[in-house]
Amino acid sequence: MDAIILQILNGLDKGSAYALIALGLTLIFGTLGVVNFAHGALFMIGAFCAVTMQRLLTWSHLVVDPTRTDFLGNPMQTEVPYLASLVGVDTAQAMITWAVPLSIILVIPVMLFVGWAMERGLIKHFYKRPHADQILVTFGLAIVLGEIIRAVYGANPIQSPAPAMFSGSVDIGTYLGFQPNAVVYPIWRLVYFCFSAVIIAAVFAFLQFTTFGMVVRAGMADRETVGMLGIDIDKRFTLMFGLAAAVAGLAGAMYAPIVSPNYNMGMDFLVLSFVVVVVGGMGSLPGAVLAGFLLGILQGFASMNEVKAILPGIDQIIIYVVAIIILLTRPRGLMGRAGVMED
Amino acid sequence: MTRSHFSRRGVLKTGAIAGAGLMLPTYLRAQESGFTNAPTGDTVTFGFNVPQTGPYAEEGLDELRAQELAVQHINGEGDGGMLSTFSSKVLDGTGLLGKKVTFVSGDTQTKADVARATAQSMIQKDGCIMITGGSSSSEAIAVQGLCQEAGVIFMAGLTHSNDTTGKDRKRNGFRHFFNAYQSAVALTPVLEKVYGTDRRAYHLTADYTWGWTQQESMAASTEAVGWETVQNVLTPVGAGDFSSYIAPVLNSGADILVLNHYGGDMVNSLTQAVQFGLKGKQVNGKDFQIVVPLYSELMAKGAGSNIEGVYGSMNWNWQLQDAATLAFVKSFGEKYGFPPSNAAHTCYVQTMLYADAVTRAGSFNPCAVVEALEDFEFDGMGNGATLYRASDHQCFKDVLVMQGIASASGNANMVGYDTLSIVETTPRAQVEYADDHPMFAGGTLGECAVGA
Amino acid sequence: MLGLTRKDFTLFAIVVVLALLAPVLLNPFPVNSALGQTFNAGYPALMQRFAIFGILVVGFNILFGLTGYLSFGHAAFLGVGSYAAVWMFKLLSFNIVPAIILSVVVAGLFSVVIGFVSLRRSGIYFSILTLAFAQMSYALAYSVLTPLTNGETGLQVYPSDPQYLAAAGAPSGPHFFGLPMAQATTLRLGDWAFTFQVGYYLCAIMLIAAFYLSIRIFRSPFGMMLRAIKSNQTRMNYTGLNAKPYMLRAFIISGMYAGLAGGLLAAMDPLTGAERMFWTASGEIVVMAILGGVGTLIGPVLGSGVIKYLENIVSKINESVLHNALAFLPDGIENFFVTVIHPFVGEGWHLTLGLLFMVIVIFLPGGLVEGGQRLAGLFGRRSTATTAADRDAARQSPAE
Repeated sequence: MDAIILQILNGLDKGSAYALIALGLTLIFGTLGVVNFAHGALFMIGAFCAVTMQRLLTWSHLVVDPTRTDFLGNPMQTEVPYLASLVGVDTAQAMITWAVPLSIILVIPVMLFVGWAMERGLIKHFYKRPHADQILVTFGLAIVLGEIIRAVYGANPIQSPAPAMFSGSVDIGTYLGFQPNAVVYPIWRLVYFCFSAVIIAAVFAFLQFTTFGMVVRAGMADRETVGMLGIDIDKRFTLMFGLAAAVAGLAGAMYAPIVSPNYNMGMDFLVLSFVVVVVGGMGSLPGAVLAGFLLGILQGFASMNEVKAILPGIDQIIIYVVAIIILLTRPRGLMGRAGVMED
Repeated sequence: MTRSHFSRRGVLKTGAIAGAGLMLPTYLRAQESGFTNAPTGDTVTFGFNVPQTGPYAEEGLDELRAQELAVQHINGEGDGGMLSTFSSKVLDGTGLLGKKVTFVSGDTQTKADVARATAQSMIQKDGCIMITGGSSSSEAIAVQGLCQEAGVIFMAGLTHSNDTTGKDRKRNGFRHFFNAYQSAVALTPVLEKVYGTDRRAYHLTADYTWGWTQQESMAASTEAVGWETVQNVLTPVGAGDFSSYIAPVLNSGADILVLNHYGGDMVNSLTQAVQFGLKGKQVNGKDFQIVVPLYSELMAKGAGSNIEGVYGSMNWNWQLQDAATLAFVKSFGEKYGFPPSNAAHTCYVQTMLYADAVTRAGSFNPCAVVEALEDFEFDGMGNGATLYRASDHQCFKDVLVMQGIASASGNANMVGYDTLSIVETTPRAQVEYADDHPMFAGGTLGECAVGA
Repeated sequence: MLGLTRKDFTLFAIVVVLALLAPVLLNPFPVNSALGQTFNAGYPALMQRFAIFGILVVGFNILFGLTGYLSFGHAAFLGVGSYAAVWMFKLLSFNIVPAIILSVVVAGLFSVVIGFVSLRRSGIYFSILTLAFAQMSYALAYSVLTPLTNGETGLQVYPSDPQYLAAAGAPSGPHFFGLPMAQATTLRLGDWAFTFQVGYYLCAIMLIAAFYLSIRIFRSPFGMMLRAIKSNQTRMNYTGLNAKPYMLRAFIISGMYAGLAGGLLAAMDPLTGAERMFWTASGEIVVMAILGGVGTLIGPVLGSGVIKYLENIVSKINESVLHNALAFLPDGIENFFVTVIHPFVGEGWHLTLGLLFMVIVIFLPGGLVEGGQRLAGLFGRRSTATTAADRDAARQSPAE
């Protein structure tokens, strides 16, 4: 039982990341009709916003310390963060450990800008082009973005820890009447799940309860009619693209303490998130979220030793097996509409 | 529909050209001099085949730095590095047998297929006489096989699998780096001393050949001192999130977690294991502990403070205090501004050893080089007295047991370099094994190859 | 001629000449010059890859170019073909004939199964199904199926393998009835050297055959039917035609092409690994096809050539090579150029690939073939009408 609870928690956690990426992908697809293969790269850029925040906070000048020597025997140059001289050493230390949550203030403007620039600069010209062209140009963009990050930050994964107060784990099991150590879970992962839930709820509320959201939903259903009603749907869709980018970026930034960011992480998530979107049904927002959590939890269960003992290697292929079964039994995914992306 | 007629003369012409191409006298490079790519001009070319993109890119770039440094030292540029400490004194900084050493580099992308393609291009296009590099065992094994077929020498870089000098050993291939078995044998006595004999270990193992050999070696040597292996769980390579595999560990009755992971996988699994609170929990009345059998500086850098207190092993470390290490660190550090990694060291040494063997043999002929390297005893390369064993082309030397500590200098650029401390130097005698040890059996070196 | 129209025949003849003279054409610079050391591509290993990936993408184009069905898992067939061939080497002998035959057959069977399931869906759902199957094959080959695939190390031939049919004294590498693939002759003309290798010529002949077959398929009633599927499948159904069998046949042919390519890869170099089936490998096939020009005859050959050239030549340009190549410039300018160019070559070659790819998709949706046509149009040359007509034919919607 405790093992199952743990894997459900793991699934919710993995599922949150999948769901957030898939949500953004679906928003872009549903509003603009564009298949964005660079969405994984947006997730990756979000994670590197967290890294950048860390770098900004620890931005230092070199002070030569004549009493110590470095490994070559030269006088040691120690780094003193500018922040420390600005707000004092203790406050600076505290702020540095909070780099990841603080990066949210960096992520939102950066991602809105990246999304806006991508839509205006590139994607706009691809509305009328075949889906294959959209996939390919965004795939090329994903490679370029990844390479730029690699050129700046290197290829090694970069440690970006969670704030000290969230970096430990909590023994949930004791609250539920289990033995100690039966259900121990990292606090940051719980934070991540709650954060994702809030973002997902906010996106749905935004689409459901604002005029802007209503127009966008109407546009998703029937773009031409909305246009004929005299509404400038394009301008709103550009903003939608920025919003989707921001959602992916937030998902990436908050994920940085869980998986150390490296330039290739976007590609790792790309395939998975596409499988999630397709299983959920192209163009269906609830479908994307549902499929994200479903696949996350199934992946958790498939990784259990008891399951692997019966079906070795199942944890590596479960996502694809599920995708195949769902696509064969429900032709348009869990909640997809007919006629979308079938030509 | 108009149909043109293929003129008979055209056919004859094409046929003649094609035929001429196939029937020309054989000018095989190998046949002119007796072996592939015999250097003819005043230069000799080495091939540095390292990953420059993909997950091990940083390691590969560090290897490349060391290889360039080695070439400089062989050609008499720079401060000479380990030339002054090397026990064999035939290299005098005037190139190789009167020829200047040049090199080409290639990107293996950490894929065996690509590594083979770049190695082929080095052999066929650039005329390389020796290839070195690589940062995964599949790459090393693939390129080693290729070099055997083509008749050039392969000096393996970072490859830790038992198979490289075990069942996939080749006469033209040599490995200076240590292996999974030696890691386990060196680590176990230290683990026994610190953690006792009554321990229950849970293994997370990267699901591919290196992971399996590492796990097998660790399980065998720790069980020999009384540990119990509770469970071995295979994890997909590049999983990123290992939570599904780490979550059940704490409740499994184990009190030690052995992470048979490398590179990015190790960075993530260790970080996540620490997040799950494994370090510092009490199980079976003991402190829960984590062990990482194979360490590298770049992994330590990626894992940051999570490696504190965690034991592992290394082939070499820049903090050693022997004259050779000091010379190499000075030479590398002054050129690049940071200390060399153990991947850089092994590539540097391999390049030097090859150059030395050529000089001692007085020939670039691979068979002569093989003969010069086999059962070669040397010292002054940073690992103490070392033997290149003839029967499997594995180097035997001391192995380092390392422990993660808090950064001594507090300098962010030194994370990974000064967050590992040397706990013990396991003497060479302790990590020696028979060449037909079950974990290495099944391979044959074959005959030395000089090419077609 | 050969059952081809004049235009097609010209195209075919160009490919034949290119393929047969590649060892000369790809070595335009003297061996020891800086340019030659950097840009010459006429060495056997790379030429083999040009030909093999040409075959692979020509086959992929029969599926994607004609029917518009985007398979994102085509590398699986390549991998399966390679495994089949290496197993033949291990069990029978190093003779490549049984190995290549089996690799085509096994890839064909594999594509029957995957095609039958995946073709039940269309559009992106089809792409994801093929991707899922390929990723499953990769994951299983890498780990669980290790006894069959030798996992991450890669399947290779050991001296201890049985090789039941191996004759005494047969070559110790892949051979065609005793003629070793690795055998080569080098022709030296002054400072130039051209290497003619048996293995390359086998690949070249296979490429020519594959290309010929692809022209015949493009121009056959069957090819017309496939284009009808691309242009309007619904309308085709209304006329009483069932598209499914045609689609499946195209899928299988395309899979067998990939199997042939996989078998040839193994025949040139008897070792194979699971990474040949990874999704990025499938992505690379798509990129090659688009880069060259989807639906055109010659496009796939061009596309695969450009990508393999970038991968093998540009990735090897390191800083010292750049300095050598630009040594004729004054120091300051030399350093400036090296700084500017360096991020795009060597370890940065992926950046070049990504940028090139974006530029092509944005400005030349028809790929390099369209680029060539525009250039030709610029100079007003009539002779290029062949490719233009070819493309028109490909783009036409016959059912309308």
